[in-house]
Amino acid sequence: MLNGLKGLGVTLRGALRSKVTAEYPKEHLPIDNRFMGFPALTWDAARDEPYCTGCIVCVRYCPTQCMSAQMQDNPKFAEGVSHRKKIIETFEINLGRCILCGICVDVCNFDAIEMSHEHERSERLRNANRVDLPTLLDMGRQYQAEVGWKQSKPNAASPNERAAAKAAVEATKAEETPENPETQAADDTDIPEKSGGDAA
Amino acid sequence: MVNPANLADNQASSQPGTVDMMVNMGPQHPATHGVFRMELRVDGEQILDLVPHVGYLHRGSEKLCEHELYSQIITLFDRFDYISNFNNELVIVAAVEKLMGVEAPPRAELIRMIMCEFNRIASHMLFYGTFAIDMGAITPVLYNFRDREKIQALFESVSGARMMHNYFRVGGIKEDVGDDFVARALALCDDLERGIDETDRLLTVNEIFVERTVGIGVISGEDALDWGLSGPVLRASGVPYDVRVDEPYSHYDEMDFGVPVGSAGDCWDRFYLRILEARESISIIRQAIALMEPGDTMAQIRRIARPPAGEVYAHCENPRGDLGVYIVSDGGERPYRLKVRPPSFCNLQALRDLTVGHYIADVVVILGTLDIVLGEVDR
Repeated sequence: MLNGLKGLGVTLRGALRSKVTAEYPKEHLPIDNRFMGFPALTWDAARDEPYCTGCIVCVRYCPTQCMSAQMQDNPKFAEGVSHRKKIIETFEINLGRCILCGICVDVCNFDAIEMSHEHERSERLRNANRVDLPTLLDMGRQYQAEVGWKQSKPNAASPNERAAAKAAVEATKAEETPENPETQAADDTDIPEKSGGDAA
Repeated sequence: MVNPANLADNQASSQPGTVDMMVNMGPQHPATHGVFRMELRVDGEQILDLVPHVGYLHRGSEKLCEHELYSQIITLFDRFDYISNFNNELVIVAAVEKLMGVEAPPRAELIRMIMCEFNRIASHMLFYGTFAIDMGAITPVLYNFRDREKIQALFESVSGARMMHNYFRVGGIKEDVGDDFVARALALCDDLERGIDETDRLLTVNEIFVERTVGIGVISGEDALDWGLSGPVLRASGVPYDVRVDEPYSHYDEMDFGVPVGSAGDCWDRFYLRILEARESISIIRQAIALMEPGDTMAQIRRIARPPAGEVYAHCENPRGDLGVYIVSDGGERPYRLKVRPPSFCNLQALRDLTVGHYIADVVVILGTLDIVLGEVDR
């Protein structure tokens, strides 16, 4: 009897409590800033081109091989508008294959790829989740606007900014950015930026 | 349900004039917590024999590891025991660090510990809920999911993902926690304490619950050790073996926490032990947060982990038991061979001994208390 009343009390409290669920398609729970959605390519608004140079370091470190990329000579470099000798030509990510691990973001030396907040991609066609460069850049621009994105790795900056950053931080081997992204891609024993020390 | 082909084989029956029945349970049975199949030989309602069939979720992860960089292997470990991802990440990271002779900075170790203990609570909360569902109590799972959701929200704010985090790195963690982490974690601890108490009140001394669990699936301490059981299943039988205490890793030797031990080794003990363990985890989290000091979160090592040639075995206390990893390295950036000692798989071995003689309805209860995760059993 007493236990029964206690049980009813629990039920009553449950009925009076505010609800903790959200009715999904109508309501969306807030997404944390660090949330890792599908990868997207960031847009360098200052030079009106992507940050990505097509060095394919992300392609090589992707555990599921869901990406492919190709670089080209940057026409803006010839014009003197940009400091990037090479620029991305095509980039394809099979988002259906991506496991959202964030390794591509970790290894990117140019801050060119970020895990966006995009996570609702249900498509009717099997290959509709193979997204190309313009879509990735769109996702990236949207993400950049959403979180007020700023480049954090000095490598991504222009030569002048880089020189300033270099003066600020002690010049170590890790700071030297190879001019040619291809050699950058081949160098897989480089030291993470933030360590700033010699290889242990 | 009945496989007629098996009926003919059952020459040996328990009573003259009757034939034992073969019942297939699973692999799509909701109470098996995944794709797990049991072949039961029953006499009426009583279990005469049980043959577990595993392998439905086999993905060849150990072999896959041989083709992946150490940094990529962490993503595979997330997917072994998909209920306690952080604990899985910790063991591979610890193994590679041991082989390389690298140590993560204290702050990183503490954050790892906090995450692992939160994950232990999340895993145990899932256990309370699903275990109650196995016995027909629908309500507790809703309460437990509500609280587990809060833990996952914290995980999302730290690692960016709710389940497959890929947050630990060889030599540290991916990035430092946010500024509001300590406040959030402490508030969450209070919430979880209330949630665990609620589950405790709802289930532990519930009459029906006690009837269904006390004296069911008893295993003695010696038998449990012989079977190689570990974790809560072993401790419920009275063996105080906990890797966190016996071979401390991270900063567990600095923590003051008890190892709850059961006495009877039955289903009730295995359930209640997990409630006590979750409370200890909360105390560990509070102590670890108190020890946290600003500092580096990543040791200074090369980006591509390249351990020297050799072999290493590292193990950690998973919510399910003693999870071990054995790595053979040939000095390259990928392991030559990697072997996992999965606690769920080892605990599952005792299932036959635990169930024989009980009734069909008890099978789900006993299997529930073993708390297996098929992703880890089959790998």
